Amino acid sequence: MEKNKDNILHKYTQNEYKHGWVTDIESDTIPKGLNEDVIRMISKKKNEPQFLLDFRLKAYRYWKEMQMPSWAHLSIPEINYQDIVYYSAPKQKAGTKSMDDVDPELQKTFDRLGIPIDEQKRLAGVAVDAVMDSSSVKTTFKEKLAEKGIIFCSFSEAVQNHPDLIKEYMGTVVPYTDNYFAALNSAVFSDGSFCYIPKGVKTPMELSTYFRINAANTGQFERTLIVAEDDSYVSYLEGCTAPIRDNNQLHAAIVEIVAKNNAHVKYSTVQNWYPGDKNGKGGIYNFVTKRGMAQGNNSKISWTQVETGSAITWKYPSVILRGDNAVGEFYSVAVTNNHQQADTGTKMIHIGKNTKSTIVSKGISAGYSNNSYRGLVKITKNAENARNFSQCDSMLMGDKCGAHTFPYIETNNKTAIVEHEATTSKIGEDQIFYCNQRGINEEDAIGLIVNGYAKEVINKLPMEFAVEAQTLLQISLEGSVG
Amino acid sequence: MLKIKNLHTAIEGTEILKGIDLEVNKGEIHAIMGPNGSGKSTLASVLAGRELFEITQGEIIYEGKNLLEMNPEERAKEGIFLGFQYPVEIPGVSMMNFLKTALNEQRKHKGMEPLKSSDFLKMVREKKELVQIDSNLTNRSVNEGFSGGEKKRNEIFQMAMLNPKLSILDETDSGLDIDALRIVANGVNSLKSEDNATIVITHYQRLLNYIIPDKVHVLYEGKIVKSGDKNLAFELENKGYEWLAKEVSTE
Repeated sequence: MEKNKDNILHKYTQNEYKHGWVTDIESDTIPKGLNEDVIRMISKKKNEPQFLLDFRLKAYRYWKEMQMPSWAHLSIPEINYQDIVYYSAPKQKAGTKSMDDVDPELQKTFDRLGIPIDEQKRLAGVAVDAVMDSSSVKTTFKEKLAEKGIIFCSFSEAVQNHPDLIKEYMGTVVPYTDNYFAALNSAVFSDGSFCYIPKGVKTPMELSTYFRINAANTGQFERTLIVAEDDSYVSYLEGCTAPIRDNNQLHAAIVEIVAKNNAHVKYSTVQNWYPGDKNGKGGIYNFVTKRGMAQGNNSKISWTQVETGSAITWKYPSVILRGDNAVGEFYSVAVTNNHQQADTGTKMIHIGKNTKSTIVSKGISAGYSNNSYRGLVKITKNAENARNFSQCDSMLMGDKCGAHTFPYIETNNKTAIVEHEATTSKIGEDQIFYCNQRGINEEDAIGLIVNGYAKEVINKLPMEFAVEAQTLLQISLEGSVG
Repeated sequence: MLKIKNLHTAIEGTEILKGIDLEVNKGEIHAIMGPNGSGKSTLASVLAGRELFEITQGEIIYEGKNLLEMNPEERAKEGIFLGFQYPVEIPGVSMMNFLKTALNEQRKHKGMEPLKSSDFLKMVREKKELVQIDSNLTNRSVNEGFSGGEKKRNEIFQMAMLNPKLSILDETDSGLDIDALRIVANGVNSLKSEDNATIVITHYQRLLNYIIPDKVHVLYEGKIVKSGDKNLAFELENKGYEWLAKEVSTE
């Protein structure tokens, strides 16, 4: 029996991070370090209008005066911001003629990740913006979406082709003064996705951005901006992976969503950044600011996230419920294994009347990891009849990991109804034995049990992602019970 | 089919089974009776491969193989089924998904293709009827929110689906009312064949009014102290276990 356990463990160690390989491609990389010249250089490389450079410089000057916050339940080694490369873009081969031609090496990279950027190969109706390091490689189905007036392109392209929209919305939901990493991102962001859904339009397919970090010692700082006009609908997906490296790499992104009257934005993330090795060496620091402004009446913003990667995850996808009857949702599964750390949750800020928010957070901790839920539900003075329901469940595997819950509730209106439920459970040896006795091995049993636990959240993901997420949960937890 | 020879087991240094000898052949139903704490459930757990118990002595041969070298899922795939005394709940995992996974694992082991969904559903319908299981039971998560009786019937339903060679039913009758008892017994009887065998573990004789055992064994303080035919069960019911306790101590 013991021998068999060793075999399983052995197999698990063989079955580590799947996306840890590196693409051998020449890059246009600037030297390490951060100062105003670097920012000017990035802006110039991207041929940006003056307003954007001014924005970057203001953000940088603000950031320089700030201290990295330390309130999270995380142990973060000191980050040397002068030791990071702030811009690295894969060089496309000289032979490529049009914008739509992609270097075969890059094409291969995304094929291998299961993200074919060749439109002919796409079976499922998903439009992809593929981002590697600091720049967008290709956005698919652009023309088809344009027929409906939908703009879906890389952030850099939007800056060139739709500067007015960028100027109008960028930084309105997450101002550069918001927090340390938002300021840093605003100073050095390089690419990301932009998405504009005109009035009354429902996107005919899922829109998605796939982020890949490839270059070493590089930080990835992308911005995503989604604007949904009145009566529109968009379902947006985001996926991320990175190669295995011994050094930690910083990923500090900003996502801003604006939803107008009756608009509905559904944002789903499957985050699988390299988590570091079994001893906690390497891995991505995923410090991201994601926020939606449900500004219109009857608007709705939903965040769904499955987080299995990153050495440290630190983020709170939030919704500001400004419009009357606005709805905010947050469905999250966060898995930590080995030496991973996560401090994640959400903020629901109720401002409009009859606003409603739902929070379902499922944490799974294994190995030596620490997993914290931190959430704020704030009901402001004028938010008549606000409703919130929060459910925070933690599952522990083994006895060396930690699960923590930090719920904050601020209510300034007596008509509010706020409910909070929390549970902590341990994956039971008797549950695993029950599965074993029916012929299901330990690995598959854990997969079944964990997916059952996370089902409520997984069910919120679009079909294509749900399957990937299920597999990911199982792989992330392999070898954690024994 | 099953040969247990001089089996001794311990948990945290305390000996529970103190030399069990038992032989079960194809086509037979054996009943193991005994008072609380006599080691009945331990025997069931050891047969299924629960690691809590240390085997200090003895051997178990199942279908010519050394059972103690097989892990629990291998035993299951080789046809051993344990009807749990306390079936565990697995929230969020649908009974159908669970059963389909289990069934296909067992088929894979036999070199068979996974069952087609339509065939699986057909099989579910048939077996449900056999154990007279309420239709909505299969739409729920594994044992979650099931009443005691539903859990037990669900065990028999799984047994029917998996079609094991050797079934061990650990106190399947406990907590059942008379109707549920009859349903469970009918299930067991209708699954009986020339090729399989069943070990029924029970505290009370009443289940044996519905399932007629070929052999009855009395387990007392970790040993089988008496074996006989179905009449032994009636004798126990009339005289109680004290009678045997006296007999053992005067030996």
